[in-house]
This record gives sequence, structure tokens and C-alpha cells, in this order.
Amino acid sequence: MIFADAFAWLFDPVNWSGAKGIPLRTGVHLLYCLGAVLGASAIAVPLGLFVGHTGRGGTFLVGGSNALRALPTLGLVTFLYLIAGGGTGPVLIALVVLAIPPILAGTYAGIQDVDRGVVDAAKGMGMTGGQVLWQVELPNALPLLIGGLRNATLQVVATASVAAYVGIETLGRPLLDGLRVLDYGQFVGGAVLIALLAVVLDLVLAGAQKAIVPRGLRLVGQPTGPKKGKRSQKLVALAAQPDSGGSTA
Amino acid sequence: MIEFRAVTKRFDDGTIAVNNLDLVVEAGTITVFVGPSGCGKTTSLRMVNRMIDPSSGTILVDGKDILSVDPPMLRRGIGYVIQQAGLFPHRTVLDNVATVPLLSGWSRSKARGRAAELLELVGLPAELGKRYPVQLSGGQQQRVGVARALAADPPVLLMDEPFSAVDPVVREGLQDELLRLQAELDKTIVFVTHDIDEAVRIGEKVAVFREGGILAQYDRPAELLARPADDFVAHFVGKDRGYRSLSFVDASGVEVGAVPLVQVSEAVEPSGEWRLAVDDRRHPRGWLAPGTTVDGPLVEDVLKPGGSLFEVGQSIRGALDAALSSPSGLGVAVDAEGAVVGAVTATQVLAVIEGLRESRG
Repeated sequence: MIFADAFAWLFDPVNWSGAKGIPLRTGVHLLYCLGAVLGASAIAVPLGLFVGHTGRGGTFLVGGSNALRALPTLGLVTFLYLIAGGGTGPVLIALVVLAIPPILAGTYAGIQDVDRGVVDAAKGMGMTGGQVLWQVELPNALPLLIGGLRNATLQVVATASVAAYVGIETLGRPLLDGLRVLDYGQFVGGAVLIALLAVVLDLVLAGAQKAIVPRGLRLVGQPTGPKKGKRSQKLVALAAQPDSGGSTA
Repeated sequence: MIEFRAVTKRFDDGTIAVNNLDLVVEAGTITVFVGPSGCGKTTSLRMVNRMIDPSSGTILVDGKDILSVDPPMLRRGIGYVIQQAGLFPHRTVLDNVATVPLLSGWSRSKARGRAAELLELVGLPAELGKRYPVQLSGGQQQRVGVARALAADPPVLLMDEPFSAVDPVVREGLQDELLRLQAELDKTIVFVTHDIDEAVRIGEKVAVFREGGILAQYDRPAELLARPADDFVAHFVGKDRGYRSLSFVDASGVEVGAVPLVQVSEAVEPSGEWRLAVDDRRHPRGWLAPGTTVDGPLVEDVLKPGGSLFEVGQSIRGALDAALSSPSGLGVAVDAEGAVVGAVTATQVLAVIEGLRESRG
């Protein structure tokens, strides 16, 4: 039984200690995710705010972010690894590239989505461009912006597994190892851990969203963050990732 | 005072939104810009606070060329109310109203204090200040929009179709409220609408625009209805302009006659004429048709519903409508408290109207 094997692997104390233990791998995995989402936010949020506020470069933005989406992450990691000759850089850059499109889309859509009448009134009251952006557009864009962050986080958590291909001890390791030696218990156990991490992080972000989004907006009952259906798709994608990765490697 | 001098706005695609507009909005009046869509009325309004800049020409507000003022500074001195109110959904009602004072550097507590005063001024209960815009009705949102525009006590108020998104009953209430506020505050108000009824109801002066951004007529509403400048204006002000123009005719020439009364919940003698039933405060309850027999005390079930009421001091339109809508042909005249003072007939009212026409010659 695969699940019994996975259960056994997950609760084997041997797997919970040392340099190859689950806690350390989870930590490394988390660090990569954090770095990737922060790095991507540093690029995508200002860019999305600028394009959304000025309305300039929207076409470029949509085209560019679609092009980024089309890049296969595993291919990118391998490519950067070969060029850079190792290190954490290639993996981090590839994950940042992966996280940019959802954050950019969320930020841009959030700003664009603000009622034109509200923006018109803000200008008409005598707000400067910057005041309109910070006091009106950004607060109203928060639900969609944070939704973009949640999306990006889910994708990065799933994809940080690929770091294992270039020798980094993330939670992708058990997937690769398990697959290589046909130890499906280890394989499924690793997948479960990644899925759990994704769920926990999403819950944390959902809490943050609740705390940050102004009350007046939450009362509207706008859709916030990824929908349930989307999320379960992600989990399916998680499990499928190493498999499809293996075939392209 | 707002002065448009040879103002033209041509958009990038070549359409002329406003064509060589010369117009003076007098200080302390409500001036309404009205016209079909695409006539340049909103563009003209939005040029006053530089939401749009003119292609050529000059706009002066209180003698000062607005192009010489930095747009944000200019706008803080001009109230602005738009359709759907455009309230900030993420801020409470009180903070919405406090927007301009806060932008002008007031302390938060002083700005909120001022905002609370304004909520009261526009007839909203203070506890509404803690709510968010989404929790208000459309009419309440518009009131908040007006309060927000008035917060810094600007001399000029621009209102862009502010009441067109609310239902007719609420709209009429908001119009009355605006007239009441204006009597108190004496602002220079420019009000844009596509609704000619709204225009003649609230405007002291009305500017009718036609397609292509041309000013077709600029006049007092009574003049507009009585003497439209051309076929376009005549057609725009509508078919029943003769009737509507009666809104501007004083009804003091109409003599209020006596009306036979009966008292609700008291016994009634039979009679061959229409009688008006009133309650113990002399408020009209309905008409008792001739020949109706009533056993015992008069109950309201046997009454025919009355028509509109003519409040003494209203225009002659109210008197005529009361007579025309009454089942008895007698228009019920009431005092300010709603108590019956008598009745008028359509014949009487028409005689007065005819007399006025002849005396005008």
C-alpha cells in the first residue's frame, strides 16, 4: 500500500533529523519560497502599480507576463545552472521568474479594478497623483494584490522542488529520490509535505489578508485570493510536477 | 462667479466637445447645464476644476484664470459631486467627508469634527459616520457625496449628474434638500443633468446645450419654458412645457373658495353634493360622493381617494393639478400644516391664467 508506505516514511524518526531531515529540508524549501516571493514582489508590485496607475504599458505588461508564464521552470533552472555553474542563484532566479506573473497580474488588475468614479472623485477632491495611488488605488487594490501573492506563493511552494535537481536540499529531494529508487512511500510522503506546506502558507496569507484589507472592502464580499477549485488544481499540479519534470530533464 | 470666455474643447480624435462657449455663472446661484448626451455639458463642468483643460479660451473663477493655479490646489477650493457619489469604499463615511480638510493639512480630530457637522447639515444621523459606503443606500451615499464636497466650505460647487442614479422619489427629496442647503449656504453651484425637469426645478439659470457643444439658450427656467430660443430648445424642453411653466406662476390670484366638509367617524346627513371628509386635525381623508348613504359613523372605506393637494403659497401649477386630479373637480387647498382651508376649481385657475396672459399682452 502506497499510503501506508508514505505514512511509515513520514513517521520514521530517521527522516526527521540531520542534514537530510524533513525539518531542515522544509526550512530550506521555505527560505527559497520566501526569497522568491519577496524578490518577485519587489519587481512586480511597483511595476503593476505604475502601469495600473498611469495606464501606460498595459499591452507590454500583459505580453511580457504571458511570455514569462510560458518559460518552463525546470528548463530555466537547468539553463541558468549550466551558465552560472551552480549555487543558489539559478534556482532563486527561476522561482522569481515564476512568481512575477501572478503578482504582476494581481497588482495591475487590482488597480485597474478600482471604480473609475472613485478615482475621478479622488482627483476632483484635489489629491495629487501620488495621493490617489497611495490613499485610494492601493488600498482598494489590496484584495486582488494579495490574491496574486497567494497564487504566486502556491506556485513557488510547488515548484521549489525543482531545486533538488541541482543538488539543493528542498522538499523536492524525497520526490526525486523516491522516484529514482521506486520508493513510492518516500515519493508520496514528500508530496504530502509540500501540499501541507502550501496549505499552511495559504492560510497564513489568508489571515494576513483579513488583517490588511480595509473593513469597508471586506464588507463588499469581493472574491479574495484563489478560489477553492483553483487551489485543488494546484495540489494536483504539485503531485504531477516531479513526474513531468523527470521526463523533460 | 465663473466666467467662460470663448472656451473650446477639441479632443484628440477631432470631436469638438465644447464650441466657443461664452457664459457667466453668477455668484450665489444654481446654474444648470442641460442637454442631450454628447452636448458638452459635462466637459464644460469638468473644465472648471481642470479635470479637463480647454483647447482654447479662458475660464475665470472669481476673476482668476484657473490655468494659473496648480490643479490639486484649485480642486481643493472647488466642491465636486459626481454621479454614483464616488465615495471611497475603504474609508468610513466620516473619513470620506473629512477628505479635503485632511488634504489641506487639518488635524484628524478637527477634520472629523467638521465632517460630523456636515453629516448633520445634509440630514444624516451622526451614527452613520462610522459606517462604510457599501452599507448606505444610494440616496444616503449621494448626501455623503454632497457633504464631502462641502467639507472645506468651498465657494463653488460642481455637481455632475449627482442625482441621476437614484430613484425618482429619492431624487425629488435630494433636490429639495439641495435647494434648502443652497438657501442656507449661498454657494455658486454648477449642476449638470440631462433631465430638463430637474433643470427647471432646481436651476435659477439654465444653460441648454445642443450637440456639438453649442450653447442653445441661457435663461431663467420660466423664460426657457415660455420663450424657447429655437425649435431645438422647444423640442428639448418637451411637449407639456406650457403646463410646466405654470410652476413659475404665482397662485396668489386664485381665490380659495369654501368646501363642504364632513367629519370622519361621525354621523353624516345624506346630501346631493361632493363633500370632503376630514379628520379631527382637519387633514383631508377623501371625498364622499353625492348620494352616498352612510349608516352610523363615517368610515374611510366609503370615501373616494382625493387628488393632489394644493398648499397655499405654491405655484399655480399645484392649484390646477389639485383641481384636475380631484374626483369632485374641487382642488383641495391646505395650509402649511396640511389642514384644509378650502377648494379651487380648474375654471377659476384657468381664468386667472388667461387674465395673466392678457395683462402681459
